[in-house]
Amino acid sequence: MSKDEAQDTQGMNYLDSLPRRVVIVYIPLLIFLFVLLFPFYWMAITGFKPNAELLSRTGNPFWVIAPTLDHFKHLLFKTAYPDWMWNTILISTISTFFSLFASVLAAYAIERLRFTGSRQVGLSIFLAYLVPPSILFIPLAYIVFQLGLFDTRWALMLTYPTFLIPFCTWLLMGYFRSIPFELEECALIDGATRLQILTKIVLPLAVPGLISAGIFAFTLSWNEFIYALTFISSSENKTVPVGVITELVEGDVYHWGALMAGALLGSLPVAVVYSFFVEYYVAGMTGAVKE
Amino acid sequence: MNRLLENRNFLGFAFMLPAAVLLLLFLTYPLGLGTWLGFTDAKVGRAGVWVGLENYIYLYGDAVTRLSLFNTLFYTVVASVIKFALGLWLAILLNQNIPLKSFVRAAVLLPFIVPTALSAIAFWWIYDAQFSIISWALVKLGWIDTYIDFLGQPWAARLSTIAANIWRGVPFVAICLLAGLQTISPSLYEAASIDGAKPSQQFWYVTLPLLTPIIAVVMTFSVLFTFTDFQLIYVLTRGGPLNATHLMATLSFQRAISGGALGEGAAIATAMIPFLLAAILFSYFGLQRRAWQQGGSDK
Repeated sequence: MSKDEAQDTQGMNYLDSLPRRVVIVYIPLLIFLFVLLFPFYWMAITGFKPNAELLSRTGNPFWVIAPTLDHFKHLLFKTAYPDWMWNTILISTISTFFSLFASVLAAYAIERLRFTGSRQVGLSIFLAYLVPPSILFIPLAYIVFQLGLFDTRWALMLTYPTFLIPFCTWLLMGYFRSIPFELEECALIDGATRLQILTKIVLPLAVPGLISAGIFAFTLSWNEFIYALTFISSSENKTVPVGVITELVEGDVYHWGALMAGALLGSLPVAVVYSFFVEYYVAGMTGAVKE
Repeated sequence: MNRLLENRNFLGFAFMLPAAVLLLLFLTYPLGLGTWLGFTDAKVGRAGVWVGLENYIYLYGDAVTRLSLFNTLFYTVVASVIKFALGLWLAILLNQNIPLKSFVRAAVLLPFIVPTALSAIAFWWIYDAQFSIISWALVKLGWIDTYIDFLGQPWAARLSTIAANIWRGVPFVAICLLAGLQTISPSLYEAASIDGAKPSQQFWYVTLPLLTPIIAVVMTFSVLFTFTDFQLIYVLTRGGPLNATHLMATLSFQRAISGGALGEGAAIATAMIPFLLAAILFSYFGLQRRAWQQGGSDK
């Protein structure tokens, strides 16, 4: 039973009459979409509202009468937001590429070199994927402090791979498994080394898997919060999620406009990357679950 | 040298090295260190000495810790059950023949990919005591008279944070279950309906049994994420009001990092591990059911 077969035929949907479909499919779906997307709309509309409109109880709150860029200007020129953005991009990119490098080698070794104990190593990689950051951050803070990395970007670049490598390795193992053994055997007979096989045969065939793993790892590190909150204390080293939460809230005065503008700008890069690679992202997410 | 490069054990070792070094140093070692710290009285900037079960005995008698355990279990159970129900429903809806299918699917997943800390800010504003859009809409509809204090009352705060967690988690559950639904052949439904099965019977006797393995995995992940949740609570309430929304993760952060009692915080974090293991084992035995679902025999 192939996936295509399931998608080609649309089952017996045609038996349902239109009014029935509206009630049982379209209306619930629209409600789901409304609830799932409303907070983003609300984030965006608040980011463009002048303060006077934000705090007035009259008028229609769902629309903005005099849109303003003040909140964005405040964010970009009066706070360290550009620094946070740069940090987040730097840290996410470096930890993603490093994790991909380590994961490709590890997944290939586990799946294809079949060294003694590779099954156990594969299983422990999966178990490592299940260890949540919430139980690791205290001892990790201790270690980061001992290594003298506290309040540096290195602290995050070195700790993010702890949740990226298990995920990427697990995903890539699945992809490597689907590449026929015969291709490698041919190359081995022709005298290729293992490293040549990996770079010239396996990797080109596993590009979709690499993209899936890369996109997923990038969004995971972009969204990371607890390590960045614990290991970083000075403003110029913070990442966007932590910076927005800890620096934009001053005492009891909430700058809702700036907060929303910050949340919107911080969400946009992942949303853009995601929108270009939806299929790869979904494949990565469901692939890791299905194995 | 060449012979060494052809030895699969040596090559395997070399290939594993980068991943293994990093994971051993920053995952396995901290896991052990965290357990050890739980048995010490370590403070920030001061190595602790072994105190045995003292931390655990203290925490057992600590009302806030007990409350946080209750909160965590309540949060996990309620949020996971609702996430599963809504996620399955959404997956079934998305599996229908609908216009703009791929666009709708992409839009549905948006809450999951956006940084939780940032979408939680949007919820913070939606739940604001004075300017909440929900209260505004309900007042205009005439359903309530005064604005709801979403995050100011214990039970309201618990339910509000659970709602935000559900909002974030449903897309993950739905998209994963959708992937499972798409592997079920339509011919099974045709066969069932020829045999006279009603839609509800098709759901109970065709869809659900075939979906069980993937449900087990997805819900394990969902339960793990929910049980160890931190960001949402930290942003929305920081554990308040009256510790009503403190989860074990946020409490351990408060005790260890804000309060400086590393040992105590580590003990709280370590206390989460048995619950996580239970969830994983539960799923492992759920997965064992694969054999009969694929026509094999049960072990």
